[in-house]
Amino acid sequence: MLKLRDVNTFYGNIQALKNVNMEISEGEIITLIGANGAGKTTTLMSISGIIPPRSGEILFMDRPITGMRPDGIVSLGICQVPEGRHIFPYLTVLENLDMGAFLRTDKAEIKKDRQYMFDLFPILAERRHQPGGTLSGGEQQMLAISRALMSRPRLLLMDEPSLGLAPLIVKQIFEIIKKINTENNTTIFLVEQNANLALQVAHRGYVMENGRTTLTDSATNLLTDEKVKKAYLGM
Amino acid sequence: MIKLEELKKSFLVSVWFMFLTFPIMVIRVNPIEKVVEWRWKNILIVGAGSFFFSFLWRYLLLRRETGRKKMEAGEIEKIPLSRRILTEPKMYIPALVCIAVFASVFPFVFSIYQINIMVTAIIYVVLGLGLNIVVGLAGLLDLGYVAFYAVGAYSYGLLNYHFNLGFWAVLPIGALLGVVFGILLGFPVLRLRGDYLAIVTLGFGEIIRLILENWNEFSFGPSGIANIPRPSFFGHQFSLHAATVYIYFLMIALTLLTIFVVNRLQNSRIGRAWIALREDEVACQAMGIDKTKTKLTAFALGATWAGMIGVIFAAKTTFINPASFTFLESAMILSIVVMGGMGSIIGVIIGALVLILLPEYLRAFSDYRMLLFGAILVIMMVFRPQGLISNVRRTYKFEGR
Ligand SMILES: Nc1ncnc2c1ncn2[C@@H]1O[C@H](COP(=O)(O)OP(=O)(O)O)[C@@H](O)[C@H]1O
Ligand SMILES: [Mg+2]
Repeated sequence: MLKLRDVNTFYGNIQALKNVNMEISEGEIITLIGANGAGKTTTLMSISGIIPPRSGEILFMDRPITGMRPDGIVSLGICQVPEGRHIFPYLTVLENLDMGAFLRTDKAEIKKDRQYMFDLFPILAERRHQPGGTLSGGEQQMLAISRALMSRPRLLLMDEPSLGLAPLIVKQIFEIIKKINTENNTTIFLVEQNANLALQVAHRGYVMENGRTTLTDSATNLLTDEKVKKAYLGM
Repeated sequence: MIKLEELKKSFLVSVWFMFLTFPIMVIRVNPIEKVVEWRWKNILIVGAGSFFFSFLWRYLLLRRETGRKKMEAGEIEKIPLSRRILTEPKMYIPALVCIAVFASVFPFVFSIYQINIMVTAIIYVVLGLGLNIVVGLAGLLDLGYVAFYAVGAYSYGLLNYHFNLGFWAVLPIGALLGVVFGILLGFPVLRLRGDYLAIVTLGFGEIIRLILENWNEFSFGPSGIANIPRPSFFGHQFSLHAATVYIYFLMIALTLLTIFVVNRLQNSRIGRAWIALREDEVACQAMGIDKTKTKLTAFALGATWAGMIGVIFAAKTTFINPASFTFLESAMILSIVVMGGMGSIIGVIIGALVLILLPEYLRAFSDYRMLLFGAILVIMMVFRPQGLISNVRRTYKFEGR
């Protein structure tokens, strides 16, 4: 579904991604783990077109999307839940959800999807008229995920959804991630520092170090890999 | 007991003021008779005055604080009067009728001097509404707005001078040139935000003014362009008084059009994109909102109005020169938007009327006019930091629960 071929991305003259190659098949949950500053966020930003790669190629459904503008990429069905949630603080929960459906025009379906989000996260239904900025961290993350889902993505990119959340909430969110994947067959690209949890929900994983992917395997194999255990699982 | 504390603080303030003003208020050296006069009475006046105002200030702040606490505790469900006037038909329909009647009889009741002041105020209303698109809705701090106003004014002045084009022919051209310059400024500042954007737009405004001031062959430099004709009515030229009334109604019509358009924009797709852009740029991009297009339309639309009003301004004053388009002008329009309440149409209208009419009617205080004006601004910002009318943000209504 998504292929990255020798992707190189720069911030000015600092190279953040070095010849990154990746492949994601339809229906998978893929996780990308790595230390702080490894280049995980940059990978997602390159895919979304927000920070376009300087060289290399990104293919989505066998179609090159390198160099496309971010809004064009969203309309193809790739939506990102950005790191740090980035919900609209002064818009209500409902308005935040509506922004997620910005590119859609099918009003009836949007309404249905809104209800689906409320079933997924009942707490959001309770808070529907509350400004996004007044929600707790966990609720904001739920809102960010729902907002992205409102665009009906085929590929959902998630950047550290567990960041700064209590373990119980994190568990709940990861349950939902699995549910979204199985119920809607949404392909999920999950970036995480919390490698243990991520590898438990994912089918396959990539390990990134200093802008390069150094290891890839099935999630179960990575969980038992000695190097991964030592570096990312704290064992 | 709080009162005693407040009294003590006010007392300290007054002592401090007496100390500060002592050299200028008390001592007077008479160089002719070579004596020093000690005017002790003055210090008493300063002391008493500063004590009184300081106490009043503290009292008002305290009242505001307790009011807010009560609101938070849910003790009083008070909807402010301003909000009620805006939302309840029973209140806003009579208010609208009153305003409409007042606006239509105004030029026949008051002198030409008063009409002129009012036209100026309405010019600022529309300028404020235009800038409100850029600053209030899209959240882009534009300190060079007056440049587009200048573009409009000079397009009428120059096109009339060289090609003898009339007011009605230039009005759309002025608007169009506004758009062109809006996009011209928009492109380089697309990647900037906040302070950087403010600085670049400020620079842009100054560049336009400097060009007008120094490129003598093109714009006639500081001496400007005179004898610009007033607007005609199907080829008919009015007397001075009639022309003023005519411009007045023209401005009223334009204001109504602006209100209509801005209101429609606010609730449209592009309006939602502007709000998203204002709130969070990253999220905006992640949701597939085209940042470039959104910013450019905000700049272009804001500039359209400035261009159009520029043409009318040139027609009203019949004389333009670069001195009318200084940074102070941009700052004034921005104050109108901020003071009125960012993003609120009614707020901006009231803000413009207050900010433009107040200094005019404060003329009675002659020398102290600007001092009083400044004091009113400071007091406003302390007691109503959200602006005169805080933006009644539209909430989407959905069927179903
Ligand atoms: N806006 C930026 N400007 C310059 N360098 C950046 C910027 N954002 C990230 N980087 C650098 O790029 C590298 C990768 O960062 P990032 O993708 O955010 O890592 P991760 O998400 O894995 O923590 C880091 O070395 C970081 O310092
Ligand atoms: Mg990151």
